[in-house]
Amino acid sequence: MFKEIRGLGLTKTYEGRLFVVEGCDGSGKSTQIQLLKKWLEFLGYTVFFTEWNSSDLVKNATKKAKKKNLLTPTTFSLLHACDFADRYERLILPHLRAGYIVLCDRYIYTAYARDIARGCNPEWVKTVYDFAVKPTVTFYFKVPVEIAIDRVLTGRTQIKYYEAGMDLGLSTDTIESFKLYQSKIIQMYDILAGQEGFITIDGTLSIRQQQKMVREIVQRYLHDYKPPAQRWILSTFNREGETRWQLK
Amino acid sequence: MATEVKFYGFPLPNFELLKKQGKLIVIEGPDCSGRSTQIELLKEWLEASGYAVLNTGLKRSRLVGDVIEKAKKGNTLGKTTLSLLYCCDFADQLENQIIPALSAGYIVLADRYIFTLMARDIVRGADKEWLKKLLGFAIVPDLIIYLDVSIDILLARTFQKYGHLDYWESGMDIQLSADMFESFKKYHFLLKREYEEMAKEYNFVVIDGNQGVGIIQKRIREEILKILQEEDKNESTGTI
Repeated sequence: MFKEIRGLGLTKTYEGRLFVVEGCDGSGKSTQIQLLKKWLEFLGYTVFFTEWNSSDLVKNATKKAKKKNLLTPTTFSLLHACDFADRYERLILPHLRAGYIVLCDRYIYTAYARDIARGCNPEWVKTVYDFAVKPTVTFYFKVPVEIAIDRVLTGRTQIKYYEAGMDLGLSTDTIESFKLYQSKIIQMYDILAGQEGFITIDGTLSIRQQQKMVREIVQRYLHDYKPPAQRWILSTFNREGETRWQLK
Repeated sequence: MATEVKFYGFPLPNFELLKKQGKLIVIEGPDCSGRSTQIELLKEWLEASGYAVLNTGLKRSRLVGDVIEKAKKGNTLGKTTLSLLYCCDFADQLENQIIPALSAGYIVLADRYIFTLMARDIVRGADKEWLKKLLGFAIVPDLIIYLDVSIDILLARTFQKYGHLDYWESGMDIQLSADMFESFKKYHFLLKREYEEMAKEYNFVVIDGNQGVGIIQKRIREEILKILQEEDKNESTGTI
């Protein structure tokens, strides 16, 4: 279940749980993870949530570079890797080691899908992210490209250059390029789903139906889970000699 | 004459069939080893001989240059993040400065290259194989000069140049010693060991950097002339 982290002197296993949602733009994954978070918090768990491209350190540089169309496949990949690594080292891994539940809206598989679609060598991309631990569960929300695009375009007038994958040179028309790019991403996810053992959820089902499935699966991984506070209480009781004290 | 470009690992996407006219010459060595002095002199000499020269170094890209500066001022930055930031910075410079210059026939003088990035990260506990693959998109240089300077002389030059020891260049972040002076010595000892190992693996031309500026310069020029003369031969047979 645990993946070894190579190098850099980091720990190899973690006490917490890591649940990840993946899928193309408009797959509904963010809605699902927000509902999952609500539910877990309702159950009384402390949850740490993080999303793609949100490192305080790196995100402005990424924004600026994207605005000026400065990126090539390699620098696109590495800049996102920096953002992820910063969040991973400072937030994700420490929370996991401390035993928290961590929810990630997009994880390294987003990078795999996008970077490989841009022409980066798949083995190289996987090497870049070799330091990241494997999630407890990765949910992949699968939707046909037409539905995804409809969802994204509703209420929006413009799609940004890299979002539409214009740098891939698939089409000079933004909408057409977006469609072709997202199709490629979906193809990549479909391949990764098998390789990486994603749990695929039909993203065309109703939001409630999907959420029900997600919760059922998450619950299975929580039966032997003890939050950090409980573990702490347990350890103090043990120290005080009440070894028979058990938490139900 | 255009020659095919070789990469250490997987080629850069979109540059798989890259050819170059120019030469890539790398000068490696720790901080205060005299690299930039030598590069200045080389540039003048080469330009006087009629070669177009591009002088490039690490940490100068428009992409993440200031992020690195900002990150180093704080101290919450993870080591993998720093490795990747430097890697990203290097990729940007390679694609936007070094490659265009090489295709246009420039002689590119690189003030440090992936080897410094690797040495610094390995000393900080990074996995060597990971780094090698990560930085595999680097072009194989035509010549790699390594200025080998003794730690005592580095120390003296550091004081001369800055008047004090630098936090990062003393490796204070890896806590070799609470004492900066001690840390500097240990850090540079470890760095040196990595450079020496890479010297064999990557065919560095090792030059004793403890000598005078002029003597070192002469040695470097000899090495550069070797690779330029090869080119001259090819060119003259080409015209006949």
